[in-house]
Amino acid sequence: MQVVTRRDVLKFGVAGAGALVVSGLGFEVAYAESTKVKQNLRIAGAKELHSICPYCAVGCSLVAYTRQNSDGSTQLLQIEGDPDSPVNEGRLCPKGATAMQLAVSPRRVESPQYRAAGATTWKSVSWDFVLGKIAQNIKASRDATFVGTDGNGNTVNRTEGIAFAGGAAFSSEEGYFATKLMRGLGLVHLEQQARV
Amino acid sequence: MTNHWRDIKNADLILINGANPAEAHPVGFQWFMRAKLDRGAKIIHADPRFTRTSAVADTYLRIRTGTDVAYFGGLINHVLQNKLYQSDYVTNYTNASFIVKQGYDFKDGLFSGYSSANRTYNISSWSYEVGADGFAKRDLTLQDPRSVFQLMKAHYSRYTPDMVSSITGIPVDQFNKVADLVGQMGKPDKVMTIVYAVGLTHHTTGGQLIRSGALLQLLLGNMGKPGGGMNAERGHANIQGNTDHAISWELLPGYMRIPAPGQKNLDDYVAQSASKKSDPNSWNFFGTNYRKFMVSLLKGWYGSAATKDNEFAFHFVPKPGQNSSWMSIYDQALKNKMEGVILSGMTAASIGPDSNQVQQALSNLKWLVVMDPLPTTSSEFWRAPGVDSSQVKTEVFMLPTTHWIEKDGSFTNSGRWAQWKDQVIPPQGNARHDHWILADLFLRVKDMYKQQGGKFADAIMALTLDYKDPLKPDLDEIAKEINGKDLSTGKQMTSFANLKDDGTTTAGDWIYTGAYLDTGNLMKRRAGIQDPTTNDPTGMGFYPNWAWSWPLNRRVLYNRASADLNGKPWDATRPGISWNGTRWVGDVPDYPVTMNPHDPKAYLPFIMNGEGVGRLFSNSMIDGPFPEHYEPVESPVANPLHASTSASPVAFLYDQAAGRANRFGTPQEFPYIATSYRLTEHEHYVTQHVPHLVQLQPQPFVEIPSELAQTKGIKTGDKVRVLSKRGKVEVLAVVTKRLGPMTVAGQTVFQIGIPIHWGYVGIPADSDPNHGRYWLANALTPFVGDANSRTPEFKAFLVNLEKM
Repeated sequence: MQVVTRRDVLKFGVAGAGALVVSGLGFEVAYAESTKVKQNLRIAGAKELHSICPYCAVGCSLVAYTRQNSDGSTQLLQIEGDPDSPVNEGRLCPKGATAMQLAVSPRRVESPQYRAAGATTWKSVSWDFVLGKIAQNIKASRDATFVGTDGNGNTVNRTEGIAFAGGAAFSSEEGYFATKLMRGLGLVHLEQQARV
Repeated sequence: MTNHWRDIKNADLILINGANPAEAHPVGFQWFMRAKLDRGAKIIHADPRFTRTSAVADTYLRIRTGTDVAYFGGLINHVLQNKLYQSDYVTNYTNASFIVKQGYDFKDGLFSGYSSANRTYNISSWSYEVGADGFAKRDLTLQDPRSVFQLMKAHYSRYTPDMVSSITGIPVDQFNKVADLVGQMGKPDKVMTIVYAVGLTHHTTGGQLIRSGALLQLLLGNMGKPGGGMNAERGHANIQGNTDHAISWELLPGYMRIPAPGQKNLDDYVAQSASKKSDPNSWNFFGTNYRKFMVSLLKGWYGSAATKDNEFAFHFVPKPGQNSSWMSIYDQALKNKMEGVILSGMTAASIGPDSNQVQQALSNLKWLVVMDPLPTTSSEFWRAPGVDSSQVKTEVFMLPTTHWIEKDGSFTNSGRWAQWKDQVIPPQGNARHDHWILADLFLRVKDMYKQQGGKFADAIMALTLDYKDPLKPDLDEIAKEINGKDLSTGKQMTSFANLKDDGTTTAGDWIYTGAYLDTGNLMKRRAGIQDPTTNDPTGMGFYPNWAWSWPLNRRVLYNRASADLNGKPWDATRPGISWNGTRWVGDVPDYPVTMNPHDPKAYLPFIMNGEGVGRLFSNSMIDGPFPEHYEPVESPVANPLHASTSASPVAFLYDQAAGRANRFGTPQEFPYIATSYRLTEHEHYVTQHVPHLVQLQPQPFVEIPSELAQTKGIKTGDKVRVLSKRGKVEVLAVVTKRLGPMTVAGQTVFQIGIPIHWGYVGIPADSDPNHGRYWLANALTPFVGDANSRTPEFKAFLVNLEKM
């Protein structure tokens, strides 16, 4: 069985006309020999799912292919531009086309890390440890900096000493939820990337 | 964006300012090229640097950074002086005819009401003359000397081509050619779009830079039309969605104001927040329904604890006493008034401005939580190169979170299209979703208040968490909550028009009401270009069954203004909506669908404000009812319009106000203008972890105009040091003709370009002997922001340059 690589596809493309293949970047590569060889396509039998590019706000649609491995794990095989999208019509820029390297990376932080005041290294800790400690910090800082009534006698019910910032990279529903919880704690310092 | 990406193909002329879409939004840029190639549209690019956008533009204007108010001002003056505006539109669809109160004035760079002691304006004189009926007086002939039109004409008469050239550095003949092209766009069957990005917002005059473009578009009759509008190209995948959902100190979801101290109840809140009708035919839709939207939000958040008797828990919502935006967070930390900061997908150290000052602020915190899939300069600030970790007393937590592809949920793009995505793969390793982390923290805190008591626990106890598993809410459940429901029937709301102020409806964010119905989640819709005939019935590129667009799936905002007084499209070949005798058809109308335009009581076209028309003059900005050119806080020249008021008189000077030492430089010490920017191959700082992208753009550099490089003996590849009053970068030089000398206010000035992406975390830093110690571009940028929005002045500051 002959396996056709992307390099072969590009080579055939030079050779002449034929079927169309859309690459990750979205340009069309014609090649003649596709019907003559039996291929092991990387995405053969894969599950096709839809996503959106994680970088700028053009909102390019992505098609992502996954396969269930025999050990039960899910493998991400390929990300490419979604040809149905009225926004990107299958095209992606260099960032979108390499989104797989952001999705799956050996550089990811593997477990929660903790650095005590004055410490010179990280310590790997459990989720329970960090969440417990942060919750205590939130309560202590809230209680210490909460203003119920301001100097003019106005009811203001605000937590002045804690700030939350972020959100341009997570889903809208997470953002709404963050706003709700942080306002629920009385935060006034709430910010995301709109200004910066 | 008022319009959307694909709509740019409908334009005849594309003005690009403060943006470089060919490189920063390359796939969106295909629609600019389609306009150019398919309809012969012209592209005009005004930018300090000649970029790939300039390379395909019909005209490139080398403009001094931060002077676009003067550039737009010159265009506005050209249109007004030569009567090139769309007359019917200006008379009927803008507030040109409104009469401004006696007392409004503008002199020597200052509007009426200025207090130099407070560096603020009392804006009471920036308002309309009110008649006996309580509405603003109007003169539809536009001849009254106190009419907005005449005041505007006088204001802009100073922006002559010579003055524009003196301020911006654009040669007069080049400016005049562009003015001629722009002037043709006031014809009803012509349309221009203005596209901008953070190159306009990142200035102390950022808000007015954008308003300047909007004024020009109103004069030309281009707001509301397909192919027109004011279109912000936003920089992050979901910056739009999470602006809409108000992760922003001054807002509640759906662009409602955060309540202010002194507001005792909902009546006070609505009275001080919602706009009021200033014309009998104004619908004032937002103002009229403000209370319904607010009560529906409070009812969603506080459930049974929100009752009529307690003003629907109005006092559970915090009321900020002062600006609490990005720079204010670090300003408070520098004053030791901030104890803890939680950062999610956002790194303070790299973002700055004035990274060295921000590093100090982070060191002043008691605790810092960083939620990110990858290390950031904030998670690592305590061991940044040159920092003695043992001296940093901040307790730091790094929580590994999931990437976008490991969870579902929606992203809203620049064009307001909310597009749902699948969970493609499970979380890698121990990573957790941001919202599950926040839910867990909130429930732990709540539990502690239950056990131990503490300050104002009621609000924490009352917050609704009605999810199948409150520790792990589904984003699908939250999407339904955002849409809102009718509490008496249990059904999802279909439109915000049905929301009530009696506590019987909820809406987490009213502008998203209609996105998630009982029939399903409309953000998942996929009727795209696989079948254009069916899926784009008007042929205008709206694709109404692809995803969902706020509000109510409307694809072009203010689209009532795309048709004339009779409801006929200004340009029959490019209809937004049109009146067919019984109803409005086309795009989802921004107007009551059966309101006959011939009815004498028909609403004015702009339904969201009190006037019912576009505002050429507005009291919604704190630095002036008309835009005015002010120099950047650091500038090599005095303002050619008024040297005595050179920079913005109301820009907030954090260091000065806090009594800290001055951190602004002078042109004597720092003679060159610098501007920061982004590259195609990187996005902010996260891509420092992506091997392919690092291979494409491996090293930090600065772009230096060849004429300047020659005088310094600098060649491409030399290492150079760029210094500002606040810090330095030490990187490689790229000597280029893309930048060059300009003549500004009679003197020669140079601009230097600095890409922002590098820092002491990432693949490049790992292989650098100094670990990227002097790579943070924002070590140079000033800690000062726009008067209105406090957006930092990243795009115009002073530096010196030396060969190392």
